[in-house]
Amino acid sequence: MRYIPNSPEERAEMLREIGYSTIEQLFRPIPERFRLKGPLRLPPARSEVEVLAFFRELAARNAAATEYALFLGAGAYHHFIPSVVDALISRAEFATVYTPYQPEIAQGTLQALFEYQTLICQLTGMEVANASLYDGSTALAEAVLMAERVTRRREILLARSVHPEYRQVIATYTRAFDVTLRLLEYDPETGGIDLRAVTPSAKTAALIVQSPNFFGVIEDIAALAERAHEVGALLIVAITEPISLGLLRPPGELGADIVVGEGQSFGLPLSFGGPYLGIFATRERFVRQMPGRIIGQAFDQQGRRGFVMTLATREQYIRREKATSNICTSQELCAIMAAIYLSTMGPRGLREVAEQNAQKAAYLAREIARQSGFRLRFSGSHFNEFVIQSEWPVALVLDRLRERKILGGLPLEPYYPELRECLLVCVTEMIPRSMMETYLQVLDEL
Amino acid sequence: MRETPCHVSRDEALIFERSHPGRAAYSLPPLDVPTVPLETWIEARFLRPDPVAGLPEVSEVDVIRHFTRLSRWNYAVDVGMYPLGSCTMKYNPKMNDQAARLEGFALHHPLTPEELSQGSLDVLKMLEELLCEITGMVAGCLQPAAGAHGELTGLLLIRACLEARGDPRRKVLIPDSAHGTNPASAAICGYSVQTIPSNERGLIDLDALRRAADRDLAALMLTNPNTLGLFEEEIEEITRIVHEAGGLVYMDGANMNALVGIARPGDMGVDVIHLNVHKTFSTPHGGGGPGAGPVLVTAELEPFLPVPRIVRRADGRLALDYDRPYSIGRVRAFYGNFGVLVRGLSYILTMGPEGLREVAETAVLNANYLAHHLKDTYEIAYPGPVMHEVVFSDKRQRAYGVRNVDIAKRLIDYGFHPPTMSFPLIVPGALMVEPTETECREELDLFIAAMKAIDRECRENPELVRTAPHRTRLGRLDEVAAARHPVLRWRPQASPSRAEAPPDGAPSERIGSSES
Amino acid sequence: MATYPEDCLYTREHEWIRVEDDTGVIGITDYAQEALGDIVYVELPSVGDHFSQGEPFGNVESVKAVSELYMPVSGEILEINEDLAESPQLVNEDPYGDGWMVKIALSDPTELETLMSASEYEAYVREEKEK
Repeated sequence: MRYIPNSPEERAEMLREIGYSTIEQLFRPIPERFRLKGPLRLPPARSEVEVLAFFRELAARNAAATEYALFLGAGAYHHFIPSVVDALISRAEFATVYTPYQPEIAQGTLQALFEYQTLICQLTGMEVANASLYDGSTALAEAVLMAERVTRRREILLARSVHPEYRQVIATYTRAFDVTLRLLEYDPETGGIDLRAVTPSAKTAALIVQSPNFFGVIEDIAALAERAHEVGALLIVAITEPISLGLLRPPGELGADIVVGEGQSFGLPLSFGGPYLGIFATRERFVRQMPGRIIGQAFDQQGRRGFVMTLATREQYIRREKATSNICTSQELCAIMAAIYLSTMGPRGLREVAEQNAQKAAYLAREIARQSGFRLRFSGSHFNEFVIQSEWPVALVLDRLRERKILGGLPLEPYYPELRECLLVCVTEMIPRSMMETYLQVLDEL
Repeated sequence: MRETPCHVSRDEALIFERSHPGRAAYSLPPLDVPTVPLETWIEARFLRPDPVAGLPEVSEVDVIRHFTRLSRWNYAVDVGMYPLGSCTMKYNPKMNDQAARLEGFALHHPLTPEELSQGSLDVLKMLEELLCEITGMVAGCLQPAAGAHGELTGLLLIRACLEARGDPRRKVLIPDSAHGTNPASAAICGYSVQTIPSNERGLIDLDALRRAADRDLAALMLTNPNTLGLFEEEIEEITRIVHEAGGLVYMDGANMNALVGIARPGDMGVDVIHLNVHKTFSTPHGGGGPGAGPVLVTAELEPFLPVPRIVRRADGRLALDYDRPYSIGRVRAFYGNFGVLVRGLSYILTMGPEGLREVAETAVLNANYLAHHLKDTYEIAYPGPVMHEVVFSDKRQRAYGVRNVDIAKRLIDYGFHPPTMSFPLIVPGALMVEPTETECREELDLFIAAMKAIDRECRENPELVRTAPHRTRLGRLDEVAAARHPVLRWRPQASPSRAEAPPDGAPSERIGSSES
Repeated sequence: MATYPEDCLYTREHEWIRVEDDTGVIGITDYAQEALGDIVYVELPSVGDHFSQGEPFGNVESVKAVSELYMPVSGEILEINEDLAESPQLVNEDPYGDGWMVKIALSDPTELETLMSASEYEAYVREEKEK
């Protein structure tokens, strides 16, 4: 086996050297009756050529962005990934290392993560960020648990316009707790939260919104923050499309107490849903309630600057059942990818890519609304996603688009029964105008 | 001109400090649609007036040099032996990365219609089935992103199952040798934690277990082999005690590298197990993620698994099944760390059943080889035939004023990553060593020689060990000052130049290190 | 060599209390601070909170450890040591003086009888060390 360096002869020699005659003897602590008598029923070992051919065949059975134009978003976005990202994180010195427990030989990971934390603070307008969590949905669930710790209150107001899968994750994470989840309706006209429905009380731990929300509509974070703060509750803002931060005012500036997000847009491939990147940022005064790894600046005895994992007493390996979270690792390599992406784009690049997304989405939305039988469902502000309502069955529309190698959007009815024949459409910088014209032509031909 | 006291690559600034207005590393195609004033699409009050302040302005060459230089400050598995106990730092085969990067996977959107996602669904279905065979379980969920996430999922499954039995219980038993995530996960699932002591051999004290196994017992969380590297020989009796009390057995599969192909937890009475794909199944740890922590269960627990389940329809097509009335719900968006799962599957297909057995055999042989050659030099708190790892301690070296952390730091000078020290808590001054099967004999011999040399130094020149490492770019960092006055992000100007003294005055004497 | 002032009473969890009339000042002992090592953070309750004897009222943290603080006697928090937020090292440097943690109004002074005197505590610590 090529991943096991010692030859069978060398292994036999080592075995003899330590006083055993058969390898079986090493496994004597395992009761005889549990030791397998034959091989596992797994496919026989295959060569590199065969295994890669097998995966190529499987990969070819997916409709990927190589062949199809993706007008799909909803928490996962097809953005341009600069070549430098893959080149750098393919370096074994980033990929084949573990948590930086030994700072003297892990400064590469530590400094890159410190840079990542800084970038997230700059983008969100928050004071502190952790070194990442698993993904956007679990980051939001962790934020709910944190709000409960900070306020010691048990009611959560959760906007229905938050990603439905994120809401399901919150429901799972809070199963074991006596937490009341109250759903907040969206305004059927604008698609934003109906402010009249936002009625937090002295029992409310947090108000949770997503912006741009699941319909692509930008929420009025300042007004929502005011509502939450009036009763001493926290405002948690989730962002599934962080490219929007290149264009939109940061939630930190508008009064958010915790900002979580899905960082996949920052240089991570779609990869059928993971690995992604859980962004988590908050106010300095809550830092000791924050879950996850945190990197801080430190100095050695010569006064040279370095970085270490810090404030670790919050974590499971010290505080055990009293820890702020059970999380042990996070998504450090993904966080480094985001740091490389953001360093590559810089302030102007991020602005430009955000503008392209907004302009392209605005163009397609405008043109679709001109087609007979189609209208833009919501009147609020949008970034790169919007909902169209069709007089045709959306299944038919999607089929026709698929014939032209277009994945035309996500039908919303399974998630929102009232949004019949509605389609969530996303346009990123990866969609050339020619594909949009094809899209429009298909609608025109219906 | 800036003075360069040493090679610039040893002294790389933060990316923000390298920023020069006007530099750029990005390229985008020109916007190809007619534009409108943005305010007609987004209300003006939502727009930021300027680009994000503080993001670095650097060229592509700057980006490459910066991150390449940083990378060179890391010690990695591809550089040398990384015997971090319980973390299974084995070689990460490169072809697995190749498989995950195939465009049909990498550019596959998670909400693509099922009929256009058959390739990715097949990966997931096949991996679930193979992991069931490896563990002896009947069904599984691949959503958890890491081991701790798997623990959370598994305990929620147990909770749901006990509730469905009409017998919800509140207590989870955890051996005192367990990893810290176990109690933390139990707490998040609303359970109270009771610690079960180890006996003089380092195994679960069966009498203590019997006393604790009452009508309130929901589950025992068991790591097997345990964190001392010892197999719980009384596993049959352990699972019998728990089941007879009406509880369920959760197994933390962190140490599955010792068992794969040798024995199956499902055959031993385990009800739920999580695996660490990034340990046993060789995927890169990435500096602490991304990993994957699939959960496998018995038939009784299957109805409670998270949605969606991947099912095969009558026509052979794979589909996502959300219609699962007893499900605990989702534990994350989409279907898990797919890119990691592809790598894990690639590994299993490459190894085959005989190869996986060889993995466990060789991992256990290597650990016993180290134990044999070092047992006269370093104390082994719980001697006995070890499995995939061995826990030494600093008991003998303490006489010379040297602690485990010092020995660990000195190992860095000899070119090795240090072992795990922060647990098991029942071994004071622990040095938990897990060589894995991917170390060759010369590397193991070098490690043995280094450990013996350090022991000599402890006796002859303890100061040399106490002040290690001596060959790294930085010395030990003052973690006390870092925690007292945390600086968690860069700010313009606020960052002192490298020559300045730390803000907290003299560095503290007590500088330690931590790990897994 | 750790010291234990005569004018304090001690708990088995290594807190001390110094009582004047109906108010008491509470901190952790020299032995405790030495065992914990460099203190990096002290989490204290709010003024007005009420705790029973033996109830945890805060935490003290070093880089790698957290210890809970337990009330020697029941009472209401009158004042907390605000200086510890900026300078947690005061607990290491002057555990019975500037490193004090909270001032309380005692609700049941008879509980003081359950605490140890300086000499009793010193003997207790000696035993602990031998374990």
